[in-house]
Amino acid sequence: MQQKPKTLKFLLTALFSTLLTTILIGCGQQKTEDAGYLNKTYPSEAGGTLVDALSGEPSGLIAMMAGESSASAIASNIFNSLLKYDKNLELTGELAQSWDVSSDQKTITFHLKPNLKWADGQPLTSEDVLFTWKTVTDDKTRSPYGADYKLVKSAEAPDSNTFKVTYAQPYAPALDSWSGLHILPKHLLKDQDINNTPFSRNPVGSHYYQLDQWKKGESLSLKRNPNTTQGQAKIDHLVSRIIPDRAAQFLELMADNIDSMSLNSIQYARIFPSRPDLTAKIAQYKELGNSYTYLGFNLKHRPFDDVRVRQAINYAIDKQEIIDGVLLGLGLPVASPYKPGTRWSNPKLQPYPYDPHKAIALLKEAGFEDHDHDGILDRDGQPLSFEILTNQNKEREMSAVLVQRRLKEIGIDVKIRVVEWATFISRFIKTGDFNVVLLGWGLGLEPDQFNIWHSSQQAPGQFNFIGYNNPKVDKLLEAGRLELNPDKRMKIYHEFSEILLEDSPVVYLFAGYGLPAIHKRVKGIDDPAPPAGIGHNSYEWYIPTPLRRNEMSAE
Amino acid sequence: MLKYLLNRLFWMVPLLVGISLISFLIMHLAPGDITATEASFNPKTSEESRQKLRELYNLDKPVIVQYGLWLKRMSTLDFGHSFASHQSPVFWQETDKDGNVTKGMIQEALPITLLINVLSLSLIIAIALPLGVISALTQNKLPDRSITIFVFIGFAIPSFWLALMLMYWTGVSHNWLPISGLHSLGAEKLSSLAQILDTLKHLTLPILISGLTGLAGISLFVRNGMLDVLHQDYITTARAKGLPENTVVYKHALRNALLPLITIFGLSIPGLIGGSVIAESIFAIPGMGKLFYDAVLMRDFPVIMGILTIGSALTLVGNLLADLAYAWADPRVRKGVAQ
Amino acid sequence: MNAILKNPLALTGLIIIGIISIMAIFAPLIAPFDPDAINVKNILLPPSSSHLMGTDGLGRDVYSRMLFGARISLLVGIVAVGIATIIGIVLGAIAGFYRGWIDTIIMRLVDIMLSIPTFFLILAVIAFLTPSIWNIMIVIGLTSWMGVTRLVRAEFLSLRNREFVLASQTLGAKDSRLIFRQLLPNSLTPIIVSSVLGIASAVLVESGLSFLGLGVQAPQASWGNILTDGKEYIEFAWWLSLFPGLAILITVMGYNLLGEGLRDALDPRTSNNN
Repeated sequence: MQQKPKTLKFLLTALFSTLLTTILIGCGQQKTEDAGYLNKTYPSEAGGTLVDALSGEPSGLIAMMAGESSASAIASNIFNSLLKYDKNLELTGELAQSWDVSSDQKTITFHLKPNLKWADGQPLTSEDVLFTWKTVTDDKTRSPYGADYKLVKSAEAPDSNTFKVTYAQPYAPALDSWSGLHILPKHLLKDQDINNTPFSRNPVGSHYYQLDQWKKGESLSLKRNPNTTQGQAKIDHLVSRIIPDRAAQFLELMADNIDSMSLNSIQYARIFPSRPDLTAKIAQYKELGNSYTYLGFNLKHRPFDDVRVRQAINYAIDKQEIIDGVLLGLGLPVASPYKPGTRWSNPKLQPYPYDPHKAIALLKEAGFEDHDHDGILDRDGQPLSFEILTNQNKEREMSAVLVQRRLKEIGIDVKIRVVEWATFISRFIKTGDFNVVLLGWGLGLEPDQFNIWHSSQQAPGQFNFIGYNNPKVDKLLEAGRLELNPDKRMKIYHEFSEILLEDSPVVYLFAGYGLPAIHKRVKGIDDPAPPAGIGHNSYEWYIPTPLRRNEMSAE
Repeated sequence: MLKYLLNRLFWMVPLLVGISLISFLIMHLAPGDITATEASFNPKTSEESRQKLRELYNLDKPVIVQYGLWLKRMSTLDFGHSFASHQSPVFWQETDKDGNVTKGMIQEALPITLLINVLSLSLIIAIALPLGVISALTQNKLPDRSITIFVFIGFAIPSFWLALMLMYWTGVSHNWLPISGLHSLGAEKLSSLAQILDTLKHLTLPILISGLTGLAGISLFVRNGMLDVLHQDYITTARAKGLPENTVVYKHALRNALLPLITIFGLSIPGLIGGSVIAESIFAIPGMGKLFYDAVLMRDFPVIMGILTIGSALTLVGNLLADLAYAWADPRVRKGVAQ
Repeated sequence: MNAILKNPLALTGLIIIGIISIMAIFAPLIAPFDPDAINVKNILLPPSSSHLMGTDGLGRDVYSRMLFGARISLLVGIVAVGIATIIGIVLGAIAGFYRGWIDTIIMRLVDIMLSIPTFFLILAVIAFLTPSIWNIMIVIGLTSWMGVTRLVRAEFLSLRNREFVLASQTLGAKDSRLIFRQLLPNSLTPIIVSSVLGIASAVLVESGLSFLGLGVQAPQASWGNILTDGKEYIEFAWWLSLFPGLAILITVMGYNLLGEGLRDALDPRTSNNN
């Protein structure tokens, strides 16, 4: 009994001090090592392992079936499409050597590169392409991506190097659609149920890499595919570790356990500059993002049917403030739904400037004034008040807060509601039960945006859920789909963007940059990033032998 | 005893039906189904193809029909296939006509979660027992108070915050422990002993964290149980007989105070099987918690239902075993149960 | 009350809860800034004399947000436990008073709910409904009443055969009078203890839900979501996670100390020390 308290004291002291130390780690030491060797130039050589992190595990590696971004990220290292976009975002051949468009613009003939091979050594022919087309358009295939390919009236493989598709009428987005369809091997899949095939966990493709090992819930490893005809990649192994929590990913990056991740703006603009030990070993890149964020009005609801109200709100929002506040300056304002700097983006268009006086004037014109002096504008006794709906996304939530404040200044009462994605879609978007949404759309490389803006696309579950209806825009979108000549198409979409900006069915808020951070051991990365982003030549990246990570295993 | 056992087994059937009904109803409270996930919000997908998906999964049928279909399959232990995860079987592995084996999702996740939780439970017991006994023996004095405060800190600290700080401290500031995951890169090329060591290193933080959180419950339980027992007549008698204090405390009191712990273990089984969503997300551990969380976000009904039902069923079995163990260990109950 | 004052742990708990509750109630008076006031030029400032706990990613004053967050976090805890306690008392009273088949049904329902991992249940329901503060309170309440039910039932079963109850029953007292005037007041102690402990758990559950993105939603501040906001910058903007983390820690501690202290002080077996 007597010696008890002593052991106890010891135990307690030990436990308490552990706890206290952990609480005080804020002042933990940072080792700065000499990182000069990382900045030397090294000759390009093959070998090594690149480790990155995925937030979620792919459900399978057949991209047309899986759909998540993690699946396409991995699958695009394993599979080829007929076409691809080059570093300047122009279409070029991948499996196809060349392609011809018939004079009536309805038939496209693809000529495959000679001697293509699957990773298992079997020849890759136009039969495989035909098989893939049949699969994606088959009614039994549980793929959400069939629509584009179902427009093909007939497809044939007249010889092993030729694949020919005929559309009922000219379809300009066709070429883009063939850059997004991974070609699958017929010889391995012809007797399989595509919905439920072990192939999706054990795929055989034709690109730089092939699957080496998939540890469920932990990691996916790829190794070089010696049979690829796309040229040999330099790095031997790509490992993607599945780390769901972004805070944990960043710790892994700092601890040098992963080589790359995409940063958020605070990490990029605040943490890195304050940590010389990080900037010494990790390079930061900045590339044009693939989406823009917008505020979209439900045009079927009053008062958003009034263009003056929409324009007023557009004038009242300070986009630069959002870019500075939410993205710490790491974004661009946009004035059309196209990537700035690409041919489809109309260089004449400018975003609505921040002009609260003009906003108030426009609202007054539309009948909104503060008649009852409660600080909120009203019309016919109805206050101008609405709810901004957005999903759980830090940038969107923060943007909504900034929009809310600016609109309050001119007398608009805004509430914010944040909901989880699946609920968001089914409870609000599909039912049209919303006033204003804060969302993002992709900045696609194909200019056709028929699904988003055409008045026929408003049924529940379709993408024109804001109810945009402008006959002039409808005509342009229809014409754009039929026109294959790039210059004529460009004119069509420039005009479309101009009308859209004037109509202001959405307020373009910003297009953020992608902010990849990659360990300096990885060499051969283009900086600054070309329009296609740094990843376009990832097969040329290399890791010089002296810089390779000490792995548990010797290769 | 046999009658008691049969009675308990009989009651499990309505309980299981009740559990399945509750989990089924919860699921249909909700707007949103598998076709509303992130991947589907892409202009390239069409409503028709999504409708097609719904038909294939019977999501267009009335709820009661869906429940009937599900209950029918469940009675044969067929928990179906995941919607979201490429048709993986929810529960147990399947072999297709070509001999390819697809592992069941629960089959893969459960052992990992069990391992972590059994280890952390052992850690909890190893620490909580002495702490509880010390507490009881020094009731209301400094050691008792300090222990109480310490275990409460463990309980009260938000676990993900502590986890991230420890990850930073042991993984980034000092290179002592791995940060997340279960295995190091290339660990499969190590000797099996080194592999086990590697996994244990990865599990250190998760076990430590969940151990710290669970400490309060058990140590207070032991403390209060001991106090309870120490005031019982037979202890007073033992003391009066002049038995040494150590014998009284460790032989008589502790043994009796520990008995109710068995019940506590029974109650902790849902946690053992369910795992921790938060810890598994932070530490990137593919266990049951992570599986469930992903399934909820994807509206992957078969997986959600499977986990809730199988988890609850295992809990019922566990509780039964705990009760039986209790009856076996405690002569008073053993004689009483037959009535 | 005397018992609490004599027990230093319970007293500490009570003081902690008192201070935090006062700060929450008078948040609008104490807070130096509007908790939602954005200042893009003051992003992520470390603590200073003007911003006691620094600023967050939108330049909002963390101290002011903490004060207003205290209201939300405590409200979630108290309302959720209130719901659970009411359900628990009603079901427990019915089961313990009437016994028979209704007791069997209620206790099997308790068994069912106890065998489903609670956090899973909460997670599923919250994700399926929209995660508003009211939904969170209701769901936590609806999934944590089982303990109280068992407690009340056990108390009722043991009290029901006591002389004073039997006496009133023979004198022709109505069931409701018996329940509300005699049985319930006599089982209040364990109910209070379990409610106080329940609040502690509910505050933790809210922070856990926030971590998973299913807690109280932005722009409304709760300790859980301030802490979650800071988790990616745990060593860079340490003030974003340290203060809410400590606040949760101290508050939960406070409720636990009070609860356990109460149990200790009011339990005849454990309180007759030496």
